[in-house]
Amino acid sequence: MSWFSKFITSSIGQKVVMSLTGLFLTLFLAVHLLGNLQLLQDDGGEAFNVYAYFMTHNPLIKTISYVLYASILLHAIQGILIWRSNKAARGTHRYAVNHVRSTERASRNMAWIGIVIFVFILLHLYQFWFQMHWGNLVYVEYDGYTHPVKDLYVLVADSYKNLGFVVFYVISMGVVGFHLWHGFWSLFQTIGLNHSKYTPLIKGIGGAYAVVVPLLFAVIPVVMYLKS
Amino acid sequence: MKLTLKIWRQGGKYNGEFVTYKLDNVNEHMSFLEMLDVLNEQLIEKREEPVAFEHDCREGICGSCSMVIDGRAHGPMQGTTTCQVHMRHYKEGDTIVIEPFRAKAFPVIRDLVVDRSAFDRIIQSGGYISVNTGQAQDANAIPIEKDQASRAFDAAACIGCGACVAACPNASAMLFTSAKVSHLALLPQGEVERKRRVLAMVAQMDAEGFGKCSNVTACEAECPKEISVSNIARLNREYLAATLAGELT
Amino acid sequence: MASKNKLNSNTPDGPVTEKWENYKGHVPLVAPNNKRRIDVIIIGSGLAGASAAASLGELGYNVKVFTFHDSPRRAHSIAAQGGINAAKNYSNDGDSVYRLFYDTIKGGDYRAREANVHRLAEVSTEIIDQCVAQGVPFAREYGGLLENRSFGGVQVSRTFYARGQTGQQLLIGAYQALSRQIALGSVKMYNRHEMLDVVVIDGQCRGVIVRNLLTGQLERHGAHAVVLCTGGYGNVFYLSTNAMLCNTTAAWRAHRRGAYFGNPCYTQIHPTCIPVSGDYQSKLTLMSESLRNDGRCWVPLHSDDVKKHPNDIPENARDYYLERRYPAFGNLVPRDIASRAAKTECDNGKGVGPTGLAVYLDFADAIKRLGKSTVEARYGNLFEMYEKITGDNPYEVPMRIYPAVHYTMGGLWVDYELMTTIPGLYAAGEANFSDHGANRLGASALMQGLADGYFVLPYTIGAYLSKEIRTGPISTNTPEFDKVEKDVLDRIHQLTAVQGSQSVESFHRRLGKIMWDKCGMARNAEGLKEAITEIRELRHEFWKDVFVPGRRDEFNPELEKAWRVADFLELGELMCEDALHRNESCGGHFREEYQTPEGEALRDDKKFMYVAAWEWRGADAKPELHKESLDYEEIKVTQRSYK
Repeated sequence: MSWFSKFITSSIGQKVVMSLTGLFLTLFLAVHLLGNLQLLQDDGGEAFNVYAYFMTHNPLIKTISYVLYASILLHAIQGILIWRSNKAARGTHRYAVNHVRSTERASRNMAWIGIVIFVFILLHLYQFWFQMHWGNLVYVEYDGYTHPVKDLYVLVADSYKNLGFVVFYVISMGVVGFHLWHGFWSLFQTIGLNHSKYTPLIKGIGGAYAVVVPLLFAVIPVVMYLKS
Repeated sequence: MKLTLKIWRQGGKYNGEFVTYKLDNVNEHMSFLEMLDVLNEQLIEKREEPVAFEHDCREGICGSCSMVIDGRAHGPMQGTTTCQVHMRHYKEGDTIVIEPFRAKAFPVIRDLVVDRSAFDRIIQSGGYISVNTGQAQDANAIPIEKDQASRAFDAAACIGCGACVAACPNASAMLFTSAKVSHLALLPQGEVERKRRVLAMVAQMDAEGFGKCSNVTACEAECPKEISVSNIARLNREYLAATLAGELT
Repeated sequence: MASKNKLNSNTPDGPVTEKWENYKGHVPLVAPNNKRRIDVIIIGSGLAGASAAASLGELGYNVKVFTFHDSPRRAHSIAAQGGINAAKNYSNDGDSVYRLFYDTIKGGDYRAREANVHRLAEVSTEIIDQCVAQGVPFAREYGGLLENRSFGGVQVSRTFYARGQTGQQLLIGAYQALSRQIALGSVKMYNRHEMLDVVVIDGQCRGVIVRNLLTGQLERHGAHAVVLCTGGYGNVFYLSTNAMLCNTTAAWRAHRRGAYFGNPCYTQIHPTCIPVSGDYQSKLTLMSESLRNDGRCWVPLHSDDVKKHPNDIPENARDYYLERRYPAFGNLVPRDIASRAAKTECDNGKGVGPTGLAVYLDFADAIKRLGKSTVEARYGNLFEMYEKITGDNPYEVPMRIYPAVHYTMGGLWVDYELMTTIPGLYAAGEANFSDHGANRLGASALMQGLADGYFVLPYTIGAYLSKEIRTGPISTNTPEFDKVEKDVLDRIHQLTAVQGSQSVESFHRRLGKIMWDKCGMARNAEGLKEAITEIRELRHEFWKDVFVPGRRDEFNPELEKAWRVADFLELGELMCEDALHRNESCGGHFREEYQTPEGEALRDDKKFMYVAAWEWRGADAKPELHKESLDYEEIKVTQRSYK
């Protein structure tokens, strides 16, 4: 076996894959959030639609988006494989009594939470991303732009008129927050970045990130629902 | 005090099941294992098979104890082996569930006794400094920063009991392995074999069928020697450095 | 005649200070290609066993190591707390090889063999070098160099330590060295295998019978030499600081096959242990001797005060009895003296605690002088352990301590080369009798175990094995192996066939009580005679009424325990015989009839300056005494004084 395949199939190598893809997905969330916040601008969707056009047409962004799709798949598949092998490592009998500290609730359930998030992502992609690429969206034209852009805003705004959907979205963001709560700190630990001085900082930032980012994501549909 | 014990019995006439026992003369100054001694004396009096459990020093240092008490490796006390738990932490009428350490790499031998030889094989794969008897230079030839030596000690304090594996939902041996890698990587004497050691030890750890670390940190919480998960980060770091930066051999 | 020859100590000629150098220069060697053809069996994987196995493996011998534990790392050496002595003189306080040698002989009350002790002092410095090279994290100063502390019975600081876990760290060092040899294939490790007998063919030890503890199967293993590194027999007292599984079986079985037992009555009672709290107690916990560096022993001056809370007893109503009686050494007198002093106070009605069998070890002054944080840095883990066991906080209330059986200076008699009276059978570490005389100094057990394993045996065993290079592999298919295996099997059958009504544990407890009451800290002829009768009766009762549950061919800890206790029941009698015959007091052996007016041990050098080596004569027969006289060439023998 070459050194690389040895590395990538080792327990630590597999975890590093989770860590690096997780890191990428975590950063993507911030970018995604910046775009989504355009939805709250009182401009009839112009800023958002322009942003959506940019994200689907800029060659660099397009390249990165393929990395993103790959990351999601890799993170999910690798996660499932690790979950299965960890389950096997526990053996056939489990403890009759389980003691779970409150601090371990997120970390012990990363696989389940991850599956929920994956389902959310599939629905989310179908609802917006698929429609943006292949759906029959109306084109709108804005001043200063030579070409028409798809009016994704209308689709989003329509979706968030449905209370059930808003609730689903908000809950999903809660789940994402839970995943990040452990994942943020954990990804640093896995690539060996632990330091008596800075780890508390990483944990602090991770905690804040896990709360603030999903919260802002969740605020958007709520505001739009209330506005509608 | 009176207690009810639910103990995992496996081997002999038992097929792997919980058996309930009542004890009605438990003294609060007894250690947990002395309480089990009393139970066994009673069983022997009734000509039943006593409960097999591993124990030796009863001072918290040999690492023999291997039971999970009410869901916790080594019982309810922080930083304490089973043998150092005393019955004053229980009260009249309590029910205590006692199980063996559970992991695929730690098969149960009988009752509460498990096979932890996988740990020995991890050490054999590289958890040492290759210095033959008589090859050493003067002990004071290498000064080592006091705090650094102290950190190495913190990792070397591992007693190899396996509570980390027992507590881990993934049955991962990362805390054990990282403690040894850290102990030796933190010392100048361990520098020479640093890369080779970490690669070999992780490979052996994986081959033994332990799970992968998902940074739950239950190991640190249950470790009777309170070994820090920062050692796991160090192991990851050492491993990445050895793999990615190490030259091909 | 034959027995006289057997007791030749084989000490090399020349001045004591040159013997070891001379010996090393002339000892026959085994060439590397021949080492491959020689098998060595090591029983036990503690400091002596693991270090010997690693070193012999490195040399190229085929080594097999057996331990009854699930891993070599569990051996009881791991529990040693305080430290390891070495004549490094890093403290520049006047230490030297000679002074370590002298202190050890004096501490042992002039009952150890000079040549062995000098060798021990010489190699002590190499041990520290070796351990540091292995990565043992000894305590260091801010400058990065090694730190030392002082221990009982000496006036220099020569003890190297690793917090309160020195034994653990040293054992892990040796275990790692052993693990390396296992990985290299030069050592084959047998965990969960217990040695139950040695096989002697034509007067030479040729192998062992071991029991696989998981399956109950007996196995034969042949070798050109066998080394017993099986520790001490303190558990004959039932309650001791030894680990629960420590036992005498390997040494005792060798004794029954012809190895003489040296000074069995020399038992070390450690002064600082946590007192017994109830009859359910399974073992006693040591509080490191290092505590006496800063802790002060006292009892109430008036026996009316013994039930008062210690903090309510004013300074002028306290008796710091060690400082009063031994001003030169104070709280740091050797262990035997500190233990007896505590016993004297308790016998005089000054003992404290619920049982009246305890004295105070007080840190209030140390905390005042050094600050709590310094005390915590030095003894934090010990204080924590004390609090876990007793529920008392030693930072606020003085510790209560009482002496407990800790170490056995006696053991298999060995010559200068560590060979027993059975050629080819060696004993190292606590299992032999050799270096500590009648009392061991603190931090010397680790030193001796590692000295034997790393630096003595690898040389001395070659002297014997150099004659074995043409022997060829040892066959286990011989009538001698048949017979010994049958003996072992018969004994196991006997144990399980009794099916009596009393547990093994109950017999052990009763034996322990006899031993502690009559062959413990203080002994007298009358008590010892009674003890011998009582032990015999108990032994007969054991074989008539013991109940061993479970089967022979499975994992059966009760059966293991039964065998070990059966051996203790024979050893206990020999210890009493030895104590009875030695009509003097020396070191850990204190005969009430022989004391100075001040209550100190009174030796009789004219009559008893010898090693008592006992030969087995049968279960109810009187053992035969052989004497190895001790000749002091270098050291002037005086009455030991720590005043």
